[in-house]
Amino acid sequence: MTSVSSASPAFTGKDPQNRLFGPLPDVTEEAGYEPDHPKRVGFFTDTSVCIGCKACEVACKEWNTLPMDDSHGTRDVIGLSGMSYDNTGQLGANSWRHVAFVEQSRVVDLPMPAVGLPGATRQDTGEPSPAGHAHQDDSLAEAQAHSVLNAEALSEFDPQTAQTGSDKQIRWLMSSDVCKHCTHAACLDVCPTGALFRTEYGTVVVQGDICNGCGYCVPACPYGVIDQRKDDGRVFKCTMCYDRLTDGLMPACATACPTQSIQFGDLDELQARADARLATLQSQGVETARLYGRDEDDGVGGAGAFFLLLDEPEVYGLPPDPVVTTRDLPAMWRAAATAAAMMVGVALSAVLGSRKR
Amino acid sequence: MVDDVEFTSYYGRQIVKSPVWKTPDVPLYLFLGGAAGSSSILGAIADVTGRPALTRVARLTAGGGSILSVVFLVHDLGRPERFLHMLRVIKPTSPLSVGSYILAPFSAAAGATAAVELLGWFPRLKRFGGAVAGIFGGPLATYTGVLLANTAVPSWHAVHKELPFVFASSGMAAGGGVTMAFTPVAEAGPSRKMAVTGAAIELGLMHRVEHEHGIVSEPYRIGKAGKFLNAARTCTAAGAGLTVLAGRTRLGAIASGTLLAAGSLLTRFGVFEAGLASAKDPKYTVIPQRERLAARQNGHAPSVTH
Repeated sequence: MTSVSSASPAFTGKDPQNRLFGPLPDVTEEAGYEPDHPKRVGFFTDTSVCIGCKACEVACKEWNTLPMDDSHGTRDVIGLSGMSYDNTGQLGANSWRHVAFVEQSRVVDLPMPAVGLPGATRQDTGEPSPAGHAHQDDSLAEAQAHSVLNAEALSEFDPQTAQTGSDKQIRWLMSSDVCKHCTHAACLDVCPTGALFRTEYGTVVVQGDICNGCGYCVPACPYGVIDQRKDDGRVFKCTMCYDRLTDGLMPACATACPTQSIQFGDLDELQARADARLATLQSQGVETARLYGRDEDDGVGGAGAFFLLLDEPEVYGLPPDPVVTTRDLPAMWRAAATAAAMMVGVALSAVLGSRKR
Repeated sequence: MVDDVEFTSYYGRQIVKSPVWKTPDVPLYLFLGGAAGSSSILGAIADVTGRPALTRVARLTAGGGSILSVVFLVHDLGRPERFLHMLRVIKPTSPLSVGSYILAPFSAAAGATAAVELLGWFPRLKRFGGAVAGIFGGPLATYTGVLLANTAVPSWHAVHKELPFVFASSGMAAGGGVTMAFTPVAEAGPSRKMAVTGAAIELGLMHRVEHEHGIVSEPYRIGKAGKFLNAARTCTAAGAGLTVLAGRTRLGAIASGTLLAAGSLLTRFGVFEAGLASAKDPKYTVIPQRERLAARQNGHAPSVTH
């Protein structure tokens, strides 16, 4: 293998256009590896078959010996979030897989993870989830009206059919979130020490012995994946089990997943599989199914870890249209250079415009 | 129009991570870099045009500011003992990498120049050191704007074209203010002019930042950031006004110089806090992105965000 690359695909001399944005046919080679590098690997997380068991989280913690923390990312032994079955809360320095859990009281259009009778009445109310962020005065009342947790709904709730008396159905959305291993990774672009690098598998990994804890990658990530371990000072995130990959093993989470919701493999193969899965679901009438991170024309040039979602990305805590911040970096550098020149101009005219003594 | 957008967040949790940079370390670093940078330019030009008192004050300001800013920058690292790792690669895609290569020569030159200025040694070396610091002074003051803007923090990224200019002008107001306060009024004319020009540009640009970027301008007007920026506006405007009216008196120069420096400092704190606030609330991440998506689907360019 050739030397590791701490550079972004741009500015390595391998890409004459120095692309900071858009699709890259071979991100690994453009990061500086010889053409005989391994194929780019990735995760396809099919949330339509996720059962929320969190085996991926546990396997990840076990394999990578990650410390325990609560749903706010601080170390805590109990650490219940008190808001849902999700006590992990978010991706962070100590949580490299995060199973999101969403309960919605609205139309159930997917056979698998639905709680309810197959073919039961479907009435799409189109209302936002009660857990949501509705900007309306009556949002609370509305949330109570549609929540299965309010007293009236509970009294009518039939655990056998999981239906409430008023023909409402609930569905659970579960999704195992992970670092996206972007084609244009903002964390890698902004890392000043070269601690973050592109591996021969096309993934993005932090070198713990190089990171000096500057923290720049943390707000740079458009997905809010990477974070700093406060007591350590350095940053940590998913490595796609780089150590397992080099030994020909699958990442721990994909190995542990009992429903093949997390699929690991060559990225092109996963993309084909995901397209087929989406077509199947859509032919079965699951209209809300969509792929997230699959599009190579998106803001990060396509993700190495992409998802099949059953609702809008923000419902799962994902940004709807993430863009790598370095896309706008040339404009920013131009502004900085012009501003610096402006300072010299102002200082010069201030001196020349003043009488001496 | 923006307020009508409705979306469902994940339990109201933030999407992008909040910057882990410490306050007051980083806002102070931004302030000192701006003041030191603009002072070094002023000092280099004042030296060539024969203004010894102004030169001396400007060099000491630049030197002191640069040494302090290195201290704050290193202290902010999670692993301060590894600060030299900043210099093991150079990456144009990383404003912090580029900034390290601006700060290192600047602080070396400005620090050494200030030291020999105090000791009175090597007059020729002093002029050379001052010139080197002057060259890196502008980039030092403006790269920090890129540093903040080149993140996924909604309220910083959206203003990426303004921020370097805000920091440049705010730096000129601060550098002009500080040197004006310590230089004999007869020789401080350039300081006064630079300070007033900087303050005027800063006020104009901050108005744009606070009002012209739709929903992501909101964090600049409300909460902690809003308070900082209101105070900053008052200080900067008062300082500039007082400079024009009473800058030629000793007392007036000290008062207006202090106000201008305080205004610049408050601007940095305000911009920093606005970014933190915009990262905290998922609406600042989701709504502009949804609008961008909708605009793309409708086949025309997005209007609100960049």
